[in-house]
Amino acid sequence: MKYTEEHEWLRVDGDLIVVGITEHAATQLGDIVFVELPETETKVAKGDEVVVIESVKAASDILAPLDGEVVEINEKLVDSPALVNEDPTGEAWFFKLKVDDLSVMDDLMDEDAYKALIE
Amino acid sequence: MADLKQTPLHGLHTRLGAKMVPFAGWDMPVQYPLGVMKEHLQTRAAAGLFDVSHMGQVILRPRSGKIEDAALALERLVPVDILGLKEGRQRYAMFTNDEGGILDDLMVANRGDHLFLVVNAARAEADIAHLKAHLSDACEVEVIADRALIALQGPAAESVLDAIAHGAATMKFMDVGIFHVGDAELWVSRSGYTGEDGYEISVPADKAIGFAGVLLARPEVEAIGLGARDSLRLEAGLCLYGSDIDEGTSPVEAGLVWAIQKARRAGGAREGGFPGAERILAELADGPARVRVGLLPEGRAPMRGETLLFASEKATDPIGHVTSGGFGPSVERPIAMGYVAADHAATGTALWGEVRGKRLPVTVADMPFQPNTYKR
Repeated sequence: MKYTEEHEWLRVDGDLIVVGITEHAATQLGDIVFVELPETETKVAKGDEVVVIESVKAASDILAPLDGEVVEINEKLVDSPALVNEDPTGEAWFFKLKVDDLSVMDDLMDEDAYKALIE
Repeated sequence: MADLKQTPLHGLHTRLGAKMVPFAGWDMPVQYPLGVMKEHLQTRAAAGLFDVSHMGQVILRPRSGKIEDAALALERLVPVDILGLKEGRQRYAMFTNDEGGILDDLMVANRGDHLFLVVNAARAEADIAHLKAHLSDACEVEVIADRALIALQGPAAESVLDAIAHGAATMKFMDVGIFHVGDAELWVSRSGYTGEDGYEISVPADKAIGFAGVLLARPEVEAIGLGARDSLRLEAGLCLYGSDIDEGTSPVEAGLVWAIQKARRAGGAREGGFPGAERILAELADGPARVRVGLLPEGRAPMRGETLLFASEKATDPIGHVTSGGFGPSVERPIAMGYVAADHAATGTALWGEVRGKRLPVTVADMPFQPNTYKR
């Protein structure tokens, strides 16, 4: 698993990249009550706001970690936003991204680097 | 960051693992490890303990020794019947300005030989200056700086407090009384700001941590932060000063007409005589141009403060805006309140709120969203 400074995790699944937020991010946000996902087949550029999540306290944006195309979204989160708090790195993935070249993953933080960031 | 003030319970918050945030110049707990959602539900299911020591506690002592003189003096600043407030009772009030806006909202208690006021933290300094400027002829304005203020709210509050302060259970909503527990004198009111039955308890600062510890030792009680305090008061339809009411909103627009008793209205025994009376009495007679209403957004997206409201999906000019909004953990849906033009204020009116560039349907609704459980 790889990580961004925006507290997202990325995991390769076949030729796609699965994206979610880290446990640290979920804890910081507090109880999630609303998730708005992008449409599938949306082309995104790194840094685009692709997902809106709202906790009891406030709204936050999830940014696209890489250039690519959203090819699958996790509809379950729309009805059960609390999944993001319960299983952020498992069941509560947000979307799957198709990228030109999976090697872009190599530039992202590994787990040790991410742990150092949040400590 | 400027130096933040700490309440007498500050050490307890950090020991309990609270997340602390700056609030009105104070370093306050926004949530504990339980989290906002569970803290909210805990308060409605059993009991929550809130540190509200950041709020200002003020005594108005009549120079004449007669409580009527303090009451009449305070009536110069509020559109509320203070003279008719009986000993041992408390009433909601607001300081108005010359334009009929609200300088602050507050609680006023008649404690026999003096009035006891609790005002908002962010406004405390201004309120005290306001009181001193306008009431010093009739009252000594005594700022109580050596007391904490603890709110105990929820269905278990009665049994928990009564076990320590015997007789607290016999109080009714908005009663006030003094209780002696150990060598501490507690100033208790049966009130709060969550929509739940409960108490606000003023306790000497040096006894505050010990007293809070005794309450928290009870299995029914958990410490609750400002995050859940906000969602609780929103579900209860209660105004947050600075968001839902401010110097630009009149008590009539804000739907606080119930707090303006007959004696201060047109034809009353002491009609007017408070700042902004002209506008406020006119709005009472003719109705205000806009009013505060409850709002139920359709779907799951919360509508936060400042969301613009429109009469139709395509309308260009807003007819109002949201002042407070979020998710209501007990009602399990997004809820909001805000101001809308009077002709769009009827319960059931369909409106549109603009969230992130999209118009989403929202319906004008009655408040409170969650029925209150006051012991009247």
